[in-house]
Amino acid sequence: MAEINIQNLVKTYPKGTERATDDVSLQVNEGEFMVLLGPSGCGKTTLLRMIAGLELPDSGSISVGDREVTYLPPNQRNMSMVFQSYAVFPHRKVRANIGFGLAMRKMPKAEIEKKVAWAADLLEMTPYLDRFPAQLSGGQRQRVAVARAIVVDADVMLMDEPLSNLDALLRLSFRAKLKKIVEHIDMTTVYVTHDQVEALSLGDRVAVMRAGRIVQLGGPLEVYDHPADMFVGGFIGSPPMNFLDGTLVSGPEGTQLRIGDSMIEAPTGAPEGKTKVGIRAEAIQLTDASAKGTIPARIDVVEPLGSSILLTVEVGQHEIKVQVPADHPVRSGDEVHLRLAPESIRLYDPETGLGWDLR
Amino acid sequence: MSTPTRVNTKPLKRLRRQRIAIQVACLAVTAFMVVPIYLIALAAFSSRSALNEFPQRFFPSAFSTETMSTFLSSTGVVPGLINSIGVGIATLVLSLFVGAPAGYAIARFAFRGRNNYQLFLLFTRALPIVVLSVPLAQLFLTVGVYDTPLAVTLLHTALALPTTILLTAAVFLAVPVDAEEAARIFGCTPVGAFLRVVLPLALPGVAAASIFTFVMSWNEVLGATILTLNQRTLPAQVLSSLSDSPLAFRFAGGFFLIVPAVVFIAVMRKYLLNMWGTTIR
Repeated sequence: MAEINIQNLVKTYPKGTERATDDVSLQVNEGEFMVLLGPSGCGKTTLLRMIAGLELPDSGSISVGDREVTYLPPNQRNMSMVFQSYAVFPHRKVRANIGFGLAMRKMPKAEIEKKVAWAADLLEMTPYLDRFPAQLSGGQRQRVAVARAIVVDADVMLMDEPLSNLDALLRLSFRAKLKKIVEHIDMTTVYVTHDQVEALSLGDRVAVMRAGRIVQLGGPLEVYDHPADMFVGGFIGSPPMNFLDGTLVSGPEGTQLRIGDSMIEAPTGAPEGKTKVGIRAEAIQLTDASAKGTIPARIDVVEPLGSSILLTVEVGQHEIKVQVPADHPVRSGDEVHLRLAPESIRLYDPETGLGWDLR
Repeated sequence: MSTPTRVNTKPLKRLRRQRIAIQVACLAVTAFMVVPIYLIALAAFSSRSALNEFPQRFFPSAFSTETMSTFLSSTGVVPGLINSIGVGIATLVLSLFVGAPAGYAIARFAFRGRNNYQLFLLFTRALPIVVLSVPLAQLFLTVGVYDTPLAVTLLHTALALPTTILLTAAVFLAVPVDAEEAARIFGCTPVGAFLRVVLPLALPGVAAASIFTFVMSWNEVLGATILTLNQRTLPAQVLSSLSDSPLAFRFAGGFFLIVPAVVFIAVMRKYLLNMWGTTIR
C-alpha cells in the first residue's frame, strides 16, 4: 500500500492532434479508492495506463511511495491490474491464473497455494479452481481477474472499467462485493469508469475528467451536490442536472432570480446579471396554487419509475426534469407551479460554464 | 378443437436436397484427392507381374512387399530419406526461429514501411527457384557448404520465411493484447510474456505454418537437385535414379515420398484445432 503522486503528466498519441492528458496532476493517498470518471476520450484510461507503465508520458512524473516510476517497465512497478476484458489466460487453469503474479515473484509453491486458496475463497471461486477459463461464465472470469489482482501484495491496484462487460444485475451485486473486498484488503486503488453511479458508490474521492484535464476532484457527495462547472453537473446524476437561463437582480428584498417572468428566491454569492441556473430534479417541488416565488410550467411527459415519478416539464423555452413521489397525482398536460429549493440552486457563468462557490 | 395448420414442407425438402448435393460434392472432392494415393499405394504393394495386368484391379490381387523392399534397398534411398527428414526439421526450426519474431513485430508494432515489407516478402517467392539455385550453388561452393544438408536447409528456410512470417503475424494478431499486458503487469519481461502467453495461444497458427514449411521442404526437388551431388534429399535422389527404372519402382518411390508428409500432417493436425475452448478470449 503506497500513495501515488502524479505531476504534470502530458501525453499526446502519435497520430493525435490534441493532448490525451493535458498537464494532469493528482495525489492519491495511501489506502484511498480514487475513481477517474469521465466520458469516452477524456484521458482517464490513458492516465491509468501511464500509472501502470503500459504507456509512457511525454513529460511529467509519477511516484509511488518514495519511488519514482515514470519510465519504469510495468513488471518493475509492483502493481496489480484488472482489465475491462478480464484478460485471464485461456491456456492455464484458474488456479494458475490466480497464482500467476506470485509465481512470477518466485514465491515458494506451498505459500502460493495458501494465498490462491484464500483469494478463491474470498471471491467464491473455490469449486472452480481446476477449470479452464473457457468453462467459466463472464462473471466468473471477472472474479478470477480480481482474485489474480488481490492475491499479489502490490503497492497499487488499478482497475480499468472492470464492471462494464457484466450484465446489469450482476454489475449491481458485484459492485457491492467489490467495495467490501477492497475495504477488506486495504490497497491504494485507482478505478476508471464512465458510469457515474459506480463512481459515486465506490470512490473515496472522484476525479471528473474531460478532454485530458481533471475538472473537479472531491468526495462523491461534494461532486454531486456542488458541481464545479456545468459539464460536471450535467454528467453526474441520473437524471443530469437541469440548467435554466436566468438573471440575478438585486432589489429591496435582497437578491432575486428572474426566470422567464417569475421572480424566485436566490442564493447569495454571485454577481448580478445573466446567469445559468443549475438545479437537480429532486430539488424541485410541485405546488398547485400560484404562491409567491414559484414558476409556472406545463407537464409534458410522465415516466413512472416505480420508486418515484420522473416528469419532463416545459418552463418557457426550457425542458427540465422534475422528480416527484410515486403517489403524486400528475397527468401529461397539467399546468403546475414549480418551487426551486434555494439551498439547492447552483449558479454558473453563462460564458465559461464555471460555477460560483456559494458556500 | 382446432384443425392443425397445414405446413408447407417444400422449402424443407429443398434444403435437404441441397444438403445432400453438398455432401456428394464433398465426397467427390475427397475422392479426387484420395483415389490417386490409393492407387499408388496399391501399385507399390503389388508384385511386379501384377502391375502388368490389364485391366488393373481395384483391389490387390497379390499383396507383396517385394517392390517396396527392393526400392528401399537401392542405392541412396535410405540416406536420401534421412537427409530429407533432417532438412525438413532443420528448415522448420530455423524458419520459426527467425520468422516468428518477425511475425510478432508485424502484428504488434506499427513501424514505418510495415505494409511495404509484407509486400516485399511476397515478391521474393516470385523468383523461379531454378534461376536462383545456380548462383546459390556457386556461392555455396565458394563458402564451402556445397553438397551438404546445410545448403539445402538454407535455401528452404529462405523459401519458407515469407509464409511463416505472414502466417504467424496473422495468428499473433488474434491473440488479445491485454492478455500480454496482464502478463507484463504481473511480472513478466516482454520476452517472458511472449513465451508464456502469446506463444501457447498462437500454437494452432504456428502448427499450420509448420505444416506448410515441412511439406514445402519435403517436396522441393529442383533447388535440392542443383545444390547437392552426393548428399541428396529423397526427391532429388528419386528424380535422378528412378527416371530409368521400371514402372513398379516408380510407384514405390512415389508412395514413399507421400507417406512422411502425410504422417507429419496427421500428427500436427490436432494442434491446428483451437485447444482451449471456442474462443481465444
